[in-house]
Amino acid sequence: MNATPPLEIIGAATDTAAADYVDLSALLAESHVNEVLDELDIELIGLKPVKARIRDIAALLVVERARKLLGLVGGSPSLHMSFTGNPGTGKTTVAMRMAQILHRLGYVRKGHLIAVTRDDLVGQYIGHTAPKTKEILKKAMGGVLFIDEAYYLYRPENERDYGQEAIEILLQVMENQRDDLVVILAGYADRMDTFFRSNPGLSSRIAHHLDFPDYAPTELEEIAERMLMSMQYRLSPSALAALHEYIPLRMQQPHFANARSIRNALDRARLRQANRLFAQKGRKLGRDDLMTIEGEDLRISRVFE
Amino acid sequence: MKLTQGTFSFLPELTDTEIKAQIGYALAQGWAIGVEYTDDPHPRNFYWELWGNPMFDLKDAAGAMLEVTACRKAHSKVYIRVNAFDATRGFETTRLSFIVNRPAKEPGFHLKRNEIGGRQIQYTIESYATQKPEGERYE
Repeated sequence: MNATPPLEIIGAATDTAAADYVDLSALLAESHVNEVLDELDIELIGLKPVKARIRDIAALLVVERARKLLGLVGGSPSLHMSFTGNPGTGKTTVAMRMAQILHRLGYVRKGHLIAVTRDDLVGQYIGHTAPKTKEILKKAMGGVLFIDEAYYLYRPENERDYGQEAIEILLQVMENQRDDLVVILAGYADRMDTFFRSNPGLSSRIAHHLDFPDYAPTELEEIAERMLMSMQYRLSPSALAALHEYIPLRMQQPHFANARSIRNALDRARLRQANRLFAQKGRKLGRDDLMTIEGEDLRISRVFE
Repeated sequence: MKLTQGTFSFLPELTDTEIKAQIGYALAQGWAIGVEYTDDPHPRNFYWELWGNPMFDLKDAAGAMLEVTACRKAHSKVYIRVNAFDATRGFETTRLSFIVNRPAKEPGFHLKRNEIGGRQIQYTIESYATQKPEGERYE
């Protein structure tokens, strides 16, 4: 997928300052962005509002390309984003896709994603923060800078915290080098709100706020099956029934982290499956035995107590 | 006298776009970029001052251009060069080095003749600029 070159302005329009008409669907086809969007639809379950928003952004960028071809200057749109949502709702995964989409549309030049947290940006002593933040920003140039749990940058309880310095440098680059990188801030919804309220400068420079909804139980089941398939496991009918019961129960537990909790549950089931197979010493195991997760592997979980 | 050291030094001054393109080429080869400056233009002066550490893991030239611009702002009157380092051999080898900033007036070099035993003459060159102390050379 990565071999596809980013969208270049091609054809007669580059020779003369402005062409007379432009074919939007041709532009879209040429960017191969639809492939990424379709992949997003197939590979990511649920997240309808997020997908719709990404399509909107893609459309905006294609129109912006078309306008440029016709010689209309609008200034490049600001594409800094914030992803808010509960843990395990796919923020990082979507950010990676976003880098790909922006690259296809020629908005960022290289299309790589640099994922950082507070530790990568904020230093430990005076004068340490600025070089550290700049180092990361330099690496992110031409791509997407993804700041996970961005609210940790701002610690109001400590007025000498160096996080503020990192925010200021970030703001400056977000404003002055819009063409060079896209910043995505991510975190849990409520804490991001407080973070944006206390940093109005940051909030006003972010055009797109994407909210990641929680998954419905049926969606989580689909996700579980998808995950197992990629790991070459499968659920027996009894395990499927157990999973069906397990998900609503797990959702009521504290610290429920959507897809991440499901992944952990599956990892534990794999562990129990291995244990079960070990217990049946002397028996020859076939492919099926090694691939199948039985109902009992899931039912041992403490949510059923 | 225009100092001719490194790549492209017989060409007209590179524009920012051209510098960016050259850095882009170096990054595409997987080389690291370093920015250095000096006010001693002697050809045997290999050790220029480092402007920050060499930059590894960059993907795009815009990052390195930030440092070039910052260095120019701080040291507008002296020589600045961009080096590209190749680590294929297990150590950093300079693969490309070109000057991106030079003083407005370059006084050039003066040839010194030193008479040693038996009327023999030893020749050496010295930059007129370095006859002044550091920091005052290109005022």
